[in-house]
Amino acid sequence: MLKGIKKAALTKSLWVYHVAASPCNNCDIEILDLLTPRFDIERFGILLAGSPRHADVLLITGMVNKKVLDRVLRVYAETPKPCVVAAFGSCAIGGTLFEDSYNYAGPLDKHIPVDVYIGGCPPKPEGMILGVVRAVEKLKKLKDL
Amino acid sequence: MAELKRRVIPIGPFHPLQEEAEYFKLTVEGEKVVGLDIQLGYMHRGHEKICENKTYDQIPFVVERICGICSTSHPFAAVLAMEDAAGIEVPRRASYIRSIIGELERIHSHLLWVGLAGHFLGYNTVWMWAWKYREPVLEMCEMITGNRNHYAMFKPGGVRRDIEPAMIPPLMQVLDELDKKLWMLTKAVLDDPVFHKRVEGVGILTKEKAIEYSAEGPTGRASGIVIDVRKDDPHAAYDWIEWEEIVFPEGDVFAKAKVRLLECLESTKIIRQCLGKLKGLPEGDIDAKMEHPPDGEGIGRYEAPRGEVIHYVKGNGSMYPERYKIRAPSFMNIKSNEVAVLGGSVADAAITLAAVDPCYCCTERIAAFDTRGKFLYTWDDMVKLSQEKTVRMGGGS
Repeated sequence: MLKGIKKAALTKSLWVYHVAASPCNNCDIEILDLLTPRFDIERFGILLAGSPRHADVLLITGMVNKKVLDRVLRVYAETPKPCVVAAFGSCAIGGTLFEDSYNYAGPLDKHIPVDVYIGGCPPKPEGMILGVVRAVEKLKKLKDL
Repeated sequence: MAELKRRVIPIGPFHPLQEEAEYFKLTVEGEKVVGLDIQLGYMHRGHEKICENKTYDQIPFVVERICGICSTSHPFAAVLAMEDAAGIEVPRRASYIRSIIGELERIHSHLLWVGLAGHFLGYNTVWMWAWKYREPVLEMCEMITGNRNHYAMFKPGGVRRDIEPAMIPPLMQVLDELDKKLWMLTKAVLDDPVFHKRVEGVGILTKEKAIEYSAEGPTGRASGIVIDVRKDDPHAAYDWIEWEEIVFPEGDVFAKAKVRLLECLESTKIIRQCLGKLKGLPEGDIDAKMEHPPDGEGIGRYEAPRGEVIHYVKGNGSMYPERYKIRAPSFMNIKSNEVAVLGGSVADAAITLAAVDPCYCCTERIAAFDTRGKFLYTWDDMVKLSQEKTVRMGGGS
């Protein structure tokens, strides 16, 4: 029974930690936009957490560069598992036009396991909400929770 | 009295309190800030080198992605640089459209700052309101360009999409409604007694220091420097329409807020005039093609929401530039924090650091340690300190 409670509590209200791994700020302001009256995702219990230790979901934006990679790995290590990692925006997924950059550390899923891919430059707010829904579905399917 | 120990508060590193990811190292004596060290580089993506491997047509897309908030300013300066190097005359219609997009971006960028300043002070209502009124601006952008951000409108010689006559009345209508809301917000924010107490005289950057640190944009204008590239070196449509520079001499956070809020209203004025003039111009004439790649140097300057952005291009007659150089306004303005923060209290540090540059794009993480590594404050504590101060003064939400 305890297992069911844990899963229900986790999927009812996801806490999101937003990691800016050298983005252009566009994905980032669109994430904040989700909290404001037009989209207001707090309706669904989704909150931005102030620390990775409180987070269920990591939203990672930007092409991960070599200087920031260490910090991303540290944040991932600090996040309690199970957590959902979302590669947010085209840069985090595949680098797009930063593929040729000398400071590009490779796509995000090369470094940490990614569960949800939210594409777009920047993703539309509707797309972001869909991404979070996919994250919830993924958590619900976990057996050992 | 025992001597106060110096302690170090690291803010960062890769979370930006502002626009780009910076690492602020505050040195404090008790509550008083006595030193600030700034380190940059966590957001380095190598744009200049990438640009050297792209054709002139592709470069606006690359530089657009320098910053998602000033995503028009960079391509604007880039195409001005290329046109300067290639000697192209831009059609009038394209110039008006360029100015419209540029000003829409200014409004949304300034509103974003106002909202976040409100959040720092504990006025989350201001945050929600400012961002709510920012939505119609993004909608207008979507109507004209097809995207909420990253408009991809600019190309050397003109713009990529036309504003058709049928689109002008609905745009005007949104603009009229926006004007009313902006006035309401401006009055509500600027007349608030607690907001006055909280930011008046805080984080003062004097005119002398502002000149010394080459502060530009709203930061410079709030310190009494009359500097605006749109007036000083007119380009696009800025020379053909009526508008005013907003300058205040005080140099504190309140002056910066005033400059930004009143500039939003100037921007709607500019957009309205541009839309009006578009009606009288021949349709479809939006692109003077770049026949030959530039052979020589060119410089483009544009007044981004945060200050002057400069792009330099050197061509050698081939499809690719030989050298590309970018200087963003934040680079100058961030340094001026060094003097603005000093002497203030830790509770005022958040708003003072944020006052220079409007971007707050990540969840903030900050931790305070003394020099031996003892934990003092987290970023949340700092915001709480700031918000508590507002409550003490009888306000907040």
